[in-house]
Amino acid sequence: MLDLKGYGWMLWDGVQLTLLVGVCALAVAMCLGLIGAWGKLSRNPAARMTANTYTTVIRGVPELLLLLIVYYGTPTLIQNTLEGFGYDIIIDINPFVAGVGTLGFIYGAFSTEVFRGAILAVPKGQIEAAHAAGMSRLQMVRRVLLPQVWRFALPGLGNVWMVLIKATALISVIQLPELMRNSDIAARALRLPFTFYFAASLIYLSITIVSMLGQQRIEAWARRGVREI
Amino acid sequence: MEIIWDSLPRMFDGAVLTLEITSLSVAIGLVCAIPLALMRVSRNPLLWGPAYGYILYFRGTPLLVQLFLIYYGSGQFSEALQTLGLWVFFRDAWFCAVLTLTLNTAGYTAEILRGSIQAVPHGEVEAARACGMSGSGLYRRIILPKAFRLALPAYSNEVVFLFQATSLVSIIALMDLTGVARVIAARSFAIYEIYITAGIIYLIVTYGILYIFKKVEYRLSGHLRERKDTGIAAESAALR
Repeated sequence: MLDLKGYGWMLWDGVQLTLLVGVCALAVAMCLGLIGAWGKLSRNPAARMTANTYTTVIRGVPELLLLLIVYYGTPTLIQNTLEGFGYDIIIDINPFVAGVGTLGFIYGAFSTEVFRGAILAVPKGQIEAAHAAGMSRLQMVRRVLLPQVWRFALPGLGNVWMVLIKATALISVIQLPELMRNSDIAARALRLPFTFYFAASLIYLSITIVSMLGQQRIEAWARRGVREI
Repeated sequence: MEIIWDSLPRMFDGAVLTLEITSLSVAIGLVCAIPLALMRVSRNPLLWGPAYGYILYFRGTPLLVQLFLIYYGSGQFSEALQTLGLWVFFRDAWFCAVLTLTLNTAGYTAEILRGSIQAVPHGEVEAARACGMSGSGLYRRIILPKAFRLALPAYSNEVVFLFQATSLVSIIALMDLTGVARVIAARSFAIYEIYITAGIIYLIVTYGILYIFKKVEYRLSGHLRERKDTGIAAESAALR
């Protein structure tokens, strides 16, 4: 049933782009997540409010709508602003940049919560001990906080990755030739929609299964220095 | 500003369709999820095998692919569906949207219920067995009520995710909130005004859903809260 009639390479190209978008978006999301978690736990009320607004808004609005806002809304916004200053230019956002940016921005909110929980899971005594041993704030973060935060954040980050890699299918809406878009093109060209969408779904499923196994391995590796109960 | 005001009635029509699809899929999905979760916790491989496969497939693939698979994919079998008399349904975008979202949320909800069924304290099950309950009575009286209460926080998240996921039905040309916003934005070029208005409507409904679930959770946990109105509560707190 799954005879792809020579369009298999197209799906393969799509898989590579899907994974590239996923990895780049995860990197963006993790950077935003660390900044967001710092903001949420900061003593500065402005930083706290910004971080809280960020997570509240992002988690309350559908990804598709945010994608449309970033892809179609941002160029118009920039153009209108520049027009006010007397410049008249047309801006086109590259679909790859828009996709990575939007997904990174959305899942940055989710990883903010992950990192916040992970930072709070580090025992307070260790931070006090680091201060007592004469470490500066930066040294404390680098030597005591971050090495443990990674381990506590791993399960949550794994979940973020699984949701994120599935959300990359949405980027097909802005014509980026990733897996979903390419199977769409093939399905329409050959009039075999079920075959190609089913093939695409099996590819996504295998990405998920491989990620699940990988997550277990990485978590076991991160736990290697911890006493088992 | 005027354009937002003018398009609000149409946006509300879209929001009604969004809510309609959400509530239908949530209700039917929950009904399907209960037997699925019970199959998943069974020890019989003929029961948990299919349930495991179903849950893995629907949680492991993007919703957009599932939607296209059912809406466009059914076209590949149009002749067979016509002879069965089912083609009228699969031709309809609304039916396909509800079907996909129902199947999808059934998978996620079944996994949540599985977790909470397995989290029911063992002592309660033992006590029920000691009282002579077994089989369906045990599930109906002890395990499922407890499991539902344990599942509520995770389930509220799933309902919110499903509510937001309904925005995907605009891709198969249904006029839900996102669909209406896309049409108005394409015609009026007031792109970010319209999309941000739609986003605010989504935001309000999302936090409305979360608020309702919080109220339900509060009501269902009455027996776990300390009483405030009598002196006994303060006394017992002091003793602890």
